[in-house]
Amino acid sequence: MENEQRSGPVTEGEDLIKAKGITKRFGDILANNNVDLVIRQGEIHALLGENGAGKSTLVKILYGVLEPGAGEILWKGKRVSIPNPATARKLGVGMVFQHFSLFEALSVVENIALAMPKSEKIKALSKRITEVSQKYGLPLDPAALVADLPVGIRQRIEIVRCLLQNPSLIIMDEPTSVLTPQEADQLFVTLQRLASEGCAILYISHRLEEVKKICHNATIMRHGRVMGGCDPAVETPASLARMMVGSDVHDISTGATEVRQGDVMLRLRNLSIPSDGAFGIELKDVNLDLRGGEIVAVAGIAANGQSELFDAISGETQVRDAYAVEICGVPVGKRKVNDRRLLGAAFVPEERLGHGAVPGFVLSENILLTRYKTEPSLIRHGMLNQKLATEIEKRITVSYDVRMSHENPEARSLSGGNLQKFVVGRELDRVPKVLVINQPTWGVDAGAAALIRQAIIDLARGGSAVLVISQDLDEIYEISDRIAVIARGDLSMAEPASAMTREKVGLLMAGMGESKSASMALNAGETHAH
Amino acid sequence: MRIELEKRAEHSQLMSVVSPLIAIGLTLVCGSILFISMGYNPTDALYAYFIEPLTTRWSIEELLVKAGPLVLIAVGLSVCFLSNSWNIGAEGQFTMGALAGSVIPVLFHDFTSPLALPVMVLMGALGGMAWASVPAFLKVRFGTNEILTSLMLVYIAQYILDFLVRGPWRDPEGFNFPESRIFDAAHVLPKIGEGRLHIGMIFAILAVLVVWWMLSRTLKGFEIKVMGETPRAGRFAGFSSNGVVWFGFLVSGGLAGLAGMAEVSGSIEQLTPVISPGYGFTAIIVAFLGRLNPIGILFAGLLLGLSYIGGETAQVSLGLTDKVTRVFQGMLLFFVLACDALILYSFRFASSAKSMKEAGNV
Repeated sequence: MENEQRSGPVTEGEDLIKAKGITKRFGDILANNNVDLVIRQGEIHALLGENGAGKSTLVKILYGVLEPGAGEILWKGKRVSIPNPATARKLGVGMVFQHFSLFEALSVVENIALAMPKSEKIKALSKRITEVSQKYGLPLDPAALVADLPVGIRQRIEIVRCLLQNPSLIIMDEPTSVLTPQEADQLFVTLQRLASEGCAILYISHRLEEVKKICHNATIMRHGRVMGGCDPAVETPASLARMMVGSDVHDISTGATEVRQGDVMLRLRNLSIPSDGAFGIELKDVNLDLRGGEIVAVAGIAANGQSELFDAISGETQVRDAYAVEICGVPVGKRKVNDRRLLGAAFVPEERLGHGAVPGFVLSENILLTRYKTEPSLIRHGMLNQKLATEIEKRITVSYDVRMSHENPEARSLSGGNLQKFVVGRELDRVPKVLVINQPTWGVDAGAAALIRQAIIDLARGGSAVLVISQDLDEIYEISDRIAVIARGDLSMAEPASAMTREKVGLLMAGMGESKSASMALNAGETHAH
Repeated sequence: MRIELEKRAEHSQLMSVVSPLIAIGLTLVCGSILFISMGYNPTDALYAYFIEPLTTRWSIEELLVKAGPLVLIAVGLSVCFLSNSWNIGAEGQFTMGALAGSVIPVLFHDFTSPLALPVMVLMGALGGMAWASVPAFLKVRFGTNEILTSLMLVYIAQYILDFLVRGPWRDPEGFNFPESRIFDAAHVLPKIGEGRLHIGMIFAILAVLVVWWMLSRTLKGFEIKVMGETPRAGRFAGFSSNGVVWFGFLVSGGLAGLAGMAEVSGSIEQLTPVISPGYGFTAIIVAFLGRLNPIGILFAGLLLGLSYIGGETAQVSLGLTDKVTRVFQGMLLFFVLACDALILYSFRFASSAKSMKEAGNV
């Protein structure tokens, strides 16, 4: 399978698009600094880089969303300007975004029709959708309502929408971040097929394994510059990572392999929450025991109930049954977030800006946000102790290496990684007994991610219980002792990480909980693919 | 040629102060154009508007009489606006405060003990609060848009006032004029200075200080600002969004009611069908011109008070219609809101001639 998928670097294809000296500045930041990129016809070209390396800026320029400050773009040898996405599509550039642009209340064909010329009739379009989707192994029902479709299928809609415009270049921004491993493999077959027909694909990813597996060439970016190109086939994931990060990524020490089993610190008992609104996720009978000293990870594809679960544990959503959530032996289902914090729990939400921190507030005020109740001296007679808040802010920014342009800046001015270090540090600074953390390193650079993961592990080894909700399987395997999987509001039993293969996790992520239906579904999936 | 907005990393401290001044400058420029197009000499008109009222003691006192209610209402509105509730109905709360504050002087005019005034002050504030609690309740309970409900309640309040002064509360010895009886001396707020200036201005200054202290120093102020900027983070911090809606409406309604009571008791000394030249609406401009900061509001209130007096002066000395005052106030609000963009964005002129030429080649 693997040999079929990769056919070695394509050298014979002609240059399809050539970007020369692309420069784009946002305020003081050079997002793209004299960037060169060449993509040949029929190649799958990886664009690698950490978050903030300038990948998105570059592809937005190629797709006409942004205008470059300097530099030129040659399309099939001719100099072009791409002032807007419509021009890009006319040239033959298509893009599949990381965050989908679909209307949930419309059907598949209606969504696609919005991007097509008005003259095309819905019926004819449905037929074309079926044809194209069959041809590329992306089966789609044109009449299905988008709201009812899982994320993997939604991505198919975006891809098919792209394909209907007969593009010569498809840009894909982190396409597998929303897919199960099995779905990703299916996507790779499609991409391979497209490439063999002469369509070029610009593939943005930070998953090095898959880049190695399917890409013919790679361009690596760091800090807005191109660090060079390589043939991913001859590189190892470690060497690719080194080029991306610029130095060897720190190894994380997980400490003692034998986890000391402490008391149950967080217990979920038949936790059920109806979905709020038509597109929410219902939590169904969630059960979990989390002991002191261990890290349990909840894996799952985005939007399968992770944020609902987080809100129910943090107390932002309260439940009728007080015993559905117990923190340190106290039933807290009906209690508010600060009551739970006072029992020793700490929470780090997924969204840093706007949930974990107030963007326009300086860091010391953001300290107050989650700690005014647990730190009695922060509030005296209803008055804020801003001096103490600033002291805590200094302590955290120093010990968690938060890099800032000046003392005590507004939260919004920090980069993703630095803000995440601050938000995590703000909670760890309390040494909580229970830590619940949603997507601890999402969109965070490798250095910050390593620091955060190490801090989480150190906390657990100190006897605290940690629940990590993450979509990043590499991260989960790196830090967790037990793994549970959430799929459409169902949480699987947490099992030791060593007993959970990637395949098993993948099947659970796809919602194929019981082993029998799982194997049946696997067989069915194979017949579909052929 | 086009303007590009670039987001700043942080709020610009400098622009927070400078942007209202730029707005005032732009208003003066556009005002001059307006005067020229109407056939007046802009220097004379602007002098009549903004300088002449400051040349006599009488008009300075009159300016403070106008600025008092504006500042008092705007300070309350700043609390409401900062918490992201949009109370547009301060004019109605002002009216209801005036009515509630007039219960004693109109219906119990024999009750002239020294306690009467404090009770009137309290009732005025409660009247405004009661009127403000209607949109607050509707928003919290049914998710109704408070902009509409609070605004519509203004007209209801004005009709209630109109009904009372023409009907049940009309002065029996008033020759059938639609006015209440003139308040007893015990029901009139003490005067300061020589003219009509009364201690309502002191209420305003106290409100400025207390609200400034609350917003900048206390947990309550922190809660209001968090809920206003990011409600999701506020809930994460354990704040109640309904609680903040109630707090904002009650404070702004209470202060507007107090202003209404002070206006009838201190300045008019009776109830008439019209008791306000639109203070409740102008206070919205004052609140934003003062950048929702109580200290800034104090200065903004003085400026808008000046525009009222200036309008009267210009009417007398140049024969300008008093509608020009409204135009001025509208322009000022427009420019203040537009210049707010400068605080979080910097803009520059970018030439797009080059890219347009390239696009032509495609």
